[in-house]
Amino acid sequence: MSAVTIDQTQTPPSRTFRRRSKFERAISSLGFWRGLAGILVFLVLWEAAAYLKTAADFTVPFFGKLPAPTLVAAAALEVVVQPGYWWSWVESFKRVLGGFIIAMILGIPFGLALAVNKYFRDVFFPPFEILRPIPPLAWVPASLIFWPTNEMSIIFVTFLGAFFTIVINVLGGARTIDVRYLRAAQSMGATQWHLFSRIILPGTLPSIFTGAAVGMGITWNVVLAAEMVSGGGSQAGGGLGFFIWSSYMGGSMEHIIVGMISIGIAGYLSSALIRWLGERAMPWQRAF
Amino acid sequence: MTMSAVPVAVDHAAGKSRIELKNVSRGFGEEWAREEVVQNLTFEIKPGDLTCIVGPSGCGKSTIVNLVAGYDAPESGEILLNGQRITGPGKDRMVVFQETALMPWQTTFDNVVFGPRLRGEGARADVDREAHRLLEKVGLGDFKKKFPSQLSGGMQRRAELARALINKPLLLIMDEPFRGLDAMSRPLMQEFFLRLFEENRRTNLFVTSEIEEAIFLADRLVILSNRPAQVRAIIEIPLPRPRQFHMMNSPEVFEIKRQALEILHDEAMKSFGGTINVGARHAGGAEARP
Repeated sequence: MSAVTIDQTQTPPSRTFRRRSKFERAISSLGFWRGLAGILVFLVLWEAAAYLKTAADFTVPFFGKLPAPTLVAAAALEVVVQPGYWWSWVESFKRVLGGFIIAMILGIPFGLALAVNKYFRDVFFPPFEILRPIPPLAWVPASLIFWPTNEMSIIFVTFLGAFFTIVINVLGGARTIDVRYLRAAQSMGATQWHLFSRIILPGTLPSIFTGAAVGMGITWNVVLAAEMVSGGGSQAGGGLGFFIWSSYMGGSMEHIIVGMISIGIAGYLSSALIRWLGERAMPWQRAF
Repeated sequence: MTMSAVPVAVDHAAGKSRIELKNVSRGFGEEWAREEVVQNLTFEIKPGDLTCIVGPSGCGKSTIVNLVAGYDAPESGEILLNGQRITGPGKDRMVVFQETALMPWQTTFDNVVFGPRLRGEGARADVDREAHRLLEKVGLGDFKKKFPSQLSGGMQRRAELARALINKPLLLIMDEPFRGLDAMSRPLMQEFFLRLFEENRRTNLFVTSEIEEAIFLADRLVILSNRPAQVRAIIEIPLPRPRQFHMMNSPEVFEIKRQALEILHDEAMKSFGGTINVGARHAGGAEARP
């Protein structure tokens, strides 16, 4: 026998392959189940810590101070039937998306203008760079004075959170476009407008979506803090940030955790939305 | 409209253009930190010839490409295309870049039709037909709807050739186009490119750092000195066309290779020669400038 032989008996039985949906593939992957197992282990340890506190009066560090996950789940069931809770979702989403969309509308052209025009960059980049390091929350008092309503102040602060990130990403993305794309287009007779619309804009799209994803995260950070400071501002529901703050004032740990988890889910939904939009706007990026 | 549709079908321009570089110099930097990159460069590319520029790495080959393509302008001297001075980029000179410069956000097909569509040239159907024909010709008929990232290195180079050729350039400038290809696909691409060139002999300026590639492809070698680039030697390659790989084993090829390598080795050594040598060469070059 030679060293290299192919074992014919090992040939797998022929199967008919069917194109499986993205969801099916996710469900059947080991990674998915490991992730689920991770969450379950976390919940069990948390429950055990809470049990030790009541049964043996032993306080596990950090976990021991939390209500059991079963109690949180019970509180959640109680909360989700109240319309006020869902109005808080609507309020927070309105503020996040409001600030975020304004930041995109202003930030993308501003970043592109900084990237393509030297004079514009010379004039506007220095003040931009001085304002950029100021944390959005440092703007809260000033914006409460500056804007006539609480609502406008909150949206302004969320706008700031996303704006600087989006501009910096757009600027960086547009400035690092391969010069050969521009040169090739110039050889083929591209006008300045062609260079902008056919090269710089599509070439910057990946950075626009990176900026949007990071900016969206910052907007959620900011909106919650802004809602806590301004005290909600809406009678229907104060927003998820206000929900947590008022639960803290009311001393209900279960409700604080329900609010926190709600924000986690809301943030996840927001970034999933951006990923979904990005995949559709940039088909070449998911090509393999 | 009816007039512009004609050049899409018939390529009158191919093989009839002459390029002349006359005392071309280009340097960079302020006076106190001056770096001459190209100095008094004079050579000619005959109509229908494939001229290979060979030189030690970093000698200024890419600067020459930029000057001829019109992305950069010489500080003195001039570059003529069929007697007309080159003043900027134009569709009469197409560049095939190092690695690949296909737009990643466009499909192969959209990359190929990019130029004519941009200029609004010819009827859309004619442009599309020509693009399909070229893509079939370069063997990418089944990859028209793929993005550049889905193509292999060799396919990307062929797509880029199609993108250049659809513009009917008078001169094709190739800046180390096969660099980065693996040892298997590089000879294949060379041979494929030769067949394409020998079909209509479109005047070609081919930059490479591989001497064997240069001899295999070219009618003439222009061997450059170390930076600042000057013409060190011009060697005619007397091999018949169509070129075949076995021709590379002939004694005359060995002799050409020996000569060229000797000059290149000489130049490569100079770059290790220290500042005194380089300074002296700088001074001499400046004096010789008209």
